[in-house]
Amino acid sequence: MTTAVVAPPKGGFGYRHPRARLAALLGAPMAWLIVVYLGSLAALFLTAFWTVDGFTGALVRTFTLENFVDVFTTPAYLQVMARTIGIALAVTVLCLVLAVPLAYFMARVASKRWQPLLVAMILTPLWASYLVKVYAWRAMLSPESGVVAWFMSPFGLGGPGFGLLSIVITLTYLWLPYMILPVYAGFSRLPDSMLDASADLGAKSWRTFRSVVVPLIFPSIVAGSIFTFSLSLGDYITAQIVGGKVQMLGNVVQQNYVTNLPFAAAFATIPVIIVLIYLAAVRRSGALENL
Amino acid sequence: MTESIAIRLRGLSRHFGDVVAVDRVDLDVVDGEFLTLLGPSGSGKTTVLRMIAGFERPDAGSIELAGVDVTQVPPYGRDVNTVFQDYALFPHMSVLENVEYGLRVKKVPKVERADRARAALDSVRLSGYEERSPSQLSGGQRQRVALARALVNRPKVLLLDEPLGALDLKLREQMQVELKEIQREVGITFVFVTHDQDEALTMSDRIAVFNNGRIEQLGTPTDVYEHPATAFVAGFVGTSNLLDPAAAQLVLGRSGTWSVRPEKILVHVGDAPVPDGHHRLNGTVREVVYVGMSTRFVVDLATGGSLMAVRQNTDASHDLSHLRGQTVCLSWDPQYEYQVADPT
Repeated sequence: MTTAVVAPPKGGFGYRHPRARLAALLGAPMAWLIVVYLGSLAALFLTAFWTVDGFTGALVRTFTLENFVDVFTTPAYLQVMARTIGIALAVTVLCLVLAVPLAYFMARVASKRWQPLLVAMILTPLWASYLVKVYAWRAMLSPESGVVAWFMSPFGLGGPGFGLLSIVITLTYLWLPYMILPVYAGFSRLPDSMLDASADLGAKSWRTFRSVVVPLIFPSIVAGSIFTFSLSLGDYITAQIVGGKVQMLGNVVQQNYVTNLPFAAAFATIPVIIVLIYLAAVRRSGALENL
Repeated sequence: MTESIAIRLRGLSRHFGDVVAVDRVDLDVVDGEFLTLLGPSGSGKTTVLRMIAGFERPDAGSIELAGVDVTQVPPYGRDVNTVFQDYALFPHMSVLENVEYGLRVKKVPKVERADRARAALDSVRLSGYEERSPSQLSGGQRQRVALARALVNRPKVLLLDEPLGALDLKLREQMQVELKEIQREVGITFVFVTHDQDEALTMSDRIAVFNNGRIEQLGTPTDVYEHPATAFVAGFVGTSNLLDPAAAQLVLGRSGTWSVRPEKILVHVGDAPVPDGHHRLNGTVREVVYVGMSTRFVVDLATGGSLMAVRQNTDASHDLSHLRGQTVCLSWDPQYEYQVADPT
């Protein structure tokens, strides 16, 4: 009696060479990340330590801290810095105030059938062009003919006009979805039994919100705030379009990069540093695990 | 009656959409008793528990706790505490903080709070775990924290929603004994929800068997097991042999649906004597299943239909599989046959 012995199938190349498989998976994204992404950041840092010849306008490739000294000793620049951080914080707080009740409604009050639709509605503004949205706000905020001014006139008030307040309003509008989505996800993950348990142990709604809900969705709030804070920090187009004479960090960079690239680079590293400090603080809250 | 009523439910109903989850339930829970709500999933037992706790509001009916109508009172106003199926421990708080939570909400002074919380943890044998986070505990330990967190508030009634469901068999059996001990010690009324009939029989003073949103039978474990009121109870609590009216007429000469527990049926092989006064039936053994401490027989009756019989394995070397296909005689004392309400 003969039985044909069939050899079991051999594993393919990737099965025998797990490292090669990993390289195939990550090769392209890593190349992009290192060369283009980190490379440009490194170039930025490097440039920040160079100067420009005041007479010829040519780049002087020698190491100096001159630009940073300039940035941190000129009162006007410090003021721009403080203002930009203030705007970013205000936008973050406003987004938070708007997003928490909205996300709560989406995740815990609205029926399961409506939830995907509500999420889609939150996402729709992100499909529209940034510039179009900011110009739309310019039209709405316009002191003479804007919708906002028209709404305020019965109360004897004018519109906010172009300035700090308009920047905050517009940025809040732009970045709100980035706050709503993580907070919504946080509320969705919150088990019902957690709220039941708190009520069962004698806590009224406000106490439950303070002692159970907020601590549990805090990582989501922080995740959202990273988006709203850092996106606001780097913005300059909104300031240009609805900010009137008000300048943000980005505007200073934009005004200098043609004439004095090293100084612009030094100035541009500031938001990077601020965001890094923010991230370091956030890391301690464990929120990065929720990004 | 001198015993006071801890919980009184009257005409309690709850619908979810078109589904009637709880259908006009009346129930009196006596102070200090261990009452189990037993039933398959979807039978309404958990909904009843959640309505007692206040998490769900009834569509109709009333709930009284210690004689006070609390139907409209929110959960935080009711003197009951709940042990949840998923424990629902707060992950951002330590074990001690979890247990202290209820006392902190009620503004119990700090020192007393800590003392009581430690005592509660001690009573569930978790001393030394105060500073751990719930995520560092095993399932059984979390379960005990949940128990301590509820008991520390000294509620009049403790509600337990399938608290042992997530534990493995050994731990579950151990916790069953512990829970019963704790209940005896603290003397609090326990209302316990489970779908596990063994658990219900082991722990309860009384069992309320739920089916389709209604209580089919309310009684002591012995009552429910030995004298099931309906075919559903007979089938759900333990295994039972149902004899439909036709079979009952033929075999017992009685009308209606009848039931006999498998362990009450004796299996006689060959010429073994059958006790006097027993109902007896001949049949062929279709299946012999060895289940460790007992052996289960499925016997096809000569008159049609089949019965299940269980014999204790008192004799270690006794392999009974050779009985498969043999003709045997089944018998039982007529006092163990009981009539059940028709399934319709």
